[in-house]
Amino acid sequence: MQAMKNIRNFCIIAHIDHGKSTLADRLLEFTGTVSERDLKEQVLDDMELEREKGITIKSHAIQMDYPFEGEQYVLNLIDTPGHVDFSYEVSRSIAACEGALLVVDATQGIQAQTISNLYLAIEHDLEIIPVLNKMDLDNAMPDEVKDQIVDMLGCDYEDIIEASGKTGYGVEQILEAVIKKVPSPKGDTNAPLQALIFDSVFNSFRGIIAYFRIFNGEIRKGDQVKFVNTGKEYEANEIGVLRLDREPRSVLSTGDVGYIISGIKASKEVKVGDTVTHVENPCDKAIEGFEDVKPMVFAGIYPIDPDEYEELRSSMEKLQLNDASLTWEPESSAALGFGFRCGFLGLLHMEIIQERLDREFNMNVITTMPNVSYRVVTNKKEIIEVHNPSGLPEQKYIDHIEEPFIKAQIITRTEYIGSIIKLCLDKRGELKNQVYLTTSRVEITVDMPLGEIVFDFYDKLKSISKGYASFDYHITGYKPAKLIKLDILLNGESVDALSTLLHQDNAYDFGRKMCVKLKELIPRQQFDIAIQAAIGAKIIARETVKAVRKDVTAKCYGGDITRKRKLLEKQKKGKKRMRKVGNVEVPQKAFLVVLRLND
Amino acid sequence: MAGVYVHIPFCKQKCHYCNFYSVVSVKYREPFLKALLFEIGQRKSYLNREKINTIYFGGGTPSLLGFEELISIIEKIKNSFHVDTAVEITLEANPDDLNANKLKRLKNETSVNRLSIGIQSFFDDDLHYLNRVHDAHQAYHSIELAKKQGFNNLTIDLIYGIPGLIRKKWIKNLEIFFSFNLPHLSSYSLTVEPKTALLTFIRQGKMENIDENKSIEHFKILMEKTTENGYIHYEISNFAKKGYYSKHNSLYWLGGHYIGFGPSAHSYNGVSRQWNVPNMKQYIEAEKTKKIIFDKEVLSKNQQYNEYVMTSLRTIWGCDPEHIQNVFGKFYEEYFSKIIFPFIEDEKVYRQGNHYFLTNKGKLFADGIASELFMDDE
Ligand SMILES: Nc1nc2c(ncn2[C@@H]2O[C@H](COP(=O)(O)OP(=O)(O)OP(=O)(O)O)[C@@H](O)[C@H]2O)c(=O)[nH]1
Ligand code: SF4
Ligand SMILES: [Mg+2]
Repeated sequence: MQAMKNIRNFCIIAHIDHGKSTLADRLLEFTGTVSERDLKEQVLDDMELEREKGITIKSHAIQMDYPFEGEQYVLNLIDTPGHVDFSYEVSRSIAACEGALLVVDATQGIQAQTISNLYLAIEHDLEIIPVLNKMDLDNAMPDEVKDQIVDMLGCDYEDIIEASGKTGYGVEQILEAVIKKVPSPKGDTNAPLQALIFDSVFNSFRGIIAYFRIFNGEIRKGDQVKFVNTGKEYEANEIGVLRLDREPRSVLSTGDVGYIISGIKASKEVKVGDTVTHVENPCDKAIEGFEDVKPMVFAGIYPIDPDEYEELRSSMEKLQLNDASLTWEPESSAALGFGFRCGFLGLLHMEIIQERLDREFNMNVITTMPNVSYRVVTNKKEIIEVHNPSGLPEQKYIDHIEEPFIKAQIITRTEYIGSIIKLCLDKRGELKNQVYLTTSRVEITVDMPLGEIVFDFYDKLKSISKGYASFDYHITGYKPAKLIKLDILLNGESVDALSTLLHQDNAYDFGRKMCVKLKELIPRQQFDIAIQAAIGAKIIARETVKAVRKDVTAKCYGGDITRKRKLLEKQKKGKKRMRKVGNVEVPQKAFLVVLRLND
Repeated sequence: MAGVYVHIPFCKQKCHYCNFYSVVSVKYREPFLKALLFEIGQRKSYLNREKINTIYFGGGTPSLLGFEELISIIEKIKNSFHVDTAVEITLEANPDDLNANKLKRLKNETSVNRLSIGIQSFFDDDLHYLNRVHDAHQAYHSIELAKKQGFNNLTIDLIYGIPGLIRKKWIKNLEIFFSFNLPHLSSYSLTVEPKTALLTFIRQGKMENIDENKSIEHFKILMEKTTENGYIHYEISNFAKKGYYSKHNSLYWLGGHYIGFGPSAHSYNGVSRQWNVPNMKQYIEAEKTKKIIFDKEVLSKNQQYNEYVMTSLRTIWGCDPEHIQNVFGKFYEEYFSKIIFPFIEDEKVYRQGNHYFLTNKGKLFADGIASELFMDDE
């Protein structure tokens, strides 16, 4: 066991893609934590999806040993995700650490999540070690970016470590800074056990594995422990430290980062942020945990094959075991049958869940268009949370509707300010602040409705800024808005899965675009199909898909037979995947029409 | 009964709508012939000595072949296969290639006994739209000459649904055809195929797009007029006097076996289908490498069933559930009978005796109906 003074707990934080995981590789390699044989790029990104997308989704903790100036140190590193959807992962990791490496890509400079993650670290009093990464690249701009860092942190130029996750340059200096600058953990080994659970993962053999950081006391294998918030008691079947694999230990002490396996089966039973203590001689107070992560984006997920509803349910349950941020409740739709209304942290999270369902569970699903959660205030002043436009109470019971608002930070080059502000205003945003970070870079702060970014905001931002804009946001609260429900009717039948809640000023334009796009997406059938957009009983737009009048192709000779058969087989397959609304066959892609309005 | 198809991949110029494999350059004429003769010899056991009752020269433009060339190909086939003495030998010909002398020699020196003339229209403006080489005069003339030389077994192609082809002109085209009293007609709706000049020009707005309604109207006229004139509508696009059904095409629709020579040509032996590389350069390599490059698919039971349904429904012989049961099993037959039912209600299909046929209305929806009847692989 290591003396507390020789333990360092730190995390790596940065904007997305600035090289956190790659730099972690170099640290692991340099300290010999990972053998050459095991080393692959971004070794900590061990989920298949992380590897494929090249992004970190979950935080990953790993322990390193490092001798320095004649003493042996234990360094606990936590690599964190950069994407805004997963910023709660960053805040949890931060709670287990005394220091943070703030990585900044030398070719990109400070971006929106650099700032937001830095603030999280500063709030927790972490020692910040600025690292200027990707120095190996020709287009690195060390001087300019160092200016930005010094401006932001108020540190000295000498404090900034130049590094490269590619070549390993600067790694030794980073380790030295971690040891010298990051404070060793404080706490009392003899006090009652007090450990914070900062993460949990699901393992199909072992059940839930909870990761913790001990703030006071010590824990031994076989101890009877209690989770303060849930009040549940368990035996510590196995405890240990996190190397590339788990390494069991018999005892862990104040300052240590480790894991506990105690026969817990479901992630719901473990609350990340809970405090672990002993059943006998418990600590008198829980450590301050985390705010619950609240899903903000909702969408329906339906099995493509309606018979697979039960299978989908069990897949979702399994997914939830290792992703407690995913929430869902059963829902049914006249158009899509039985499915689930799921809550996600953001659009990336939604995309990831959908992909994991496909890959890990072989479930083909239809995802309906996403919407945010609304608060409906009724005439009787009750507040109802609505996650689905079709779940809206009748108009006569509604006093007003409130929608979630965000404060968004956008960092971009000065030449794009004009068009970005215009985009935000178009999205009902309100400009709050505009700060020049340097002569060529500006930070814009905007209040805007979250609902506006779940459609096409990112794509638009990216294209108008040619990729030179980074975006970060956090929810600020709810505000009343003039929202109305727009319905889509096919041959007079309302398609619940296509209803949207939107601001009344956008309704006409939106309804018209929906109809036009649906006309493209719905194939011609044996009869005319009227596509209408309606607000209540009022039709505001209409298009018609003309009936097929013939489909036969003239030739069917030797060479045509195979070709034609294949074509018709494909048609048949496509048709099988369609949903029936009344008598109209609707292809699945039509249910995502909103996301394609601007294609 | 089995057939031989020979693909002659040369054309004087490319018609705008055409997606057949053919080249305009004559550079490869000689090596092509060598490779072709080689292929015929090499694949002589493909059909297991089945009797050949039809040989069909398609293209491209087979009428561009010289007499020696044509004769040598036919000879080679006769030497390599078991060819019936009453074999039907069809040559596709373009009107601009048919003069009196050529027709006379074709009749006297070769065993070609059926001509299929690519007329397409008797109006210059349509021929121009299609980018055909010939003109209306040549169209008339070639038929007259062919008849005069004693080609009684004659068929022509006519295309409808061409933008400039107004109703009256279409009727006129048909009337001209009737006036020749030919035993057979193939008539197609103009379609805009991928990778054709027509598609490009339409997209660029340089040429008028085709109109589905017009094509439907023309098809109805076609059915009506041919019936009035005593032709049997024996396949979606084919009309014949009794006893003059194309032996070759019937083979395709009745699941017969055939071997195809030349680039892009397809072969079928009941189990697998294969098609030669649609590329002249690669094809002529065969002469040196002794290997024909082709792709092949072995048909699964479902695919065989699908093809049967797809082709048989298009024909006058109709689709036979008993045949489905015998060949594919009870399960397929029950599936078929269940799915076809609503189409009968909808008057797109009718049943006569034990067979199902498309009604005139159903003939416009042959593909969709077939696709519904298909058996999925999963
Ligand atoms: N040339 C160069 N490329 C680097 C360096 N560090 C990272 N990269 C590349 O930058 C990309 C992103 O690296 P990651 O390590 O996945 O970045 P990250 O910050 O962990 O990304 P997220 O976890 O998704 O936020 C990868 O393609 C890396 O190969 C570096 O120092 N030099
Ligand atoms: S003559 Fe026939 S094969 Fe040649 S280009 Fe015209 S349509 Fe195509
Ligand atoms: Mg990463």
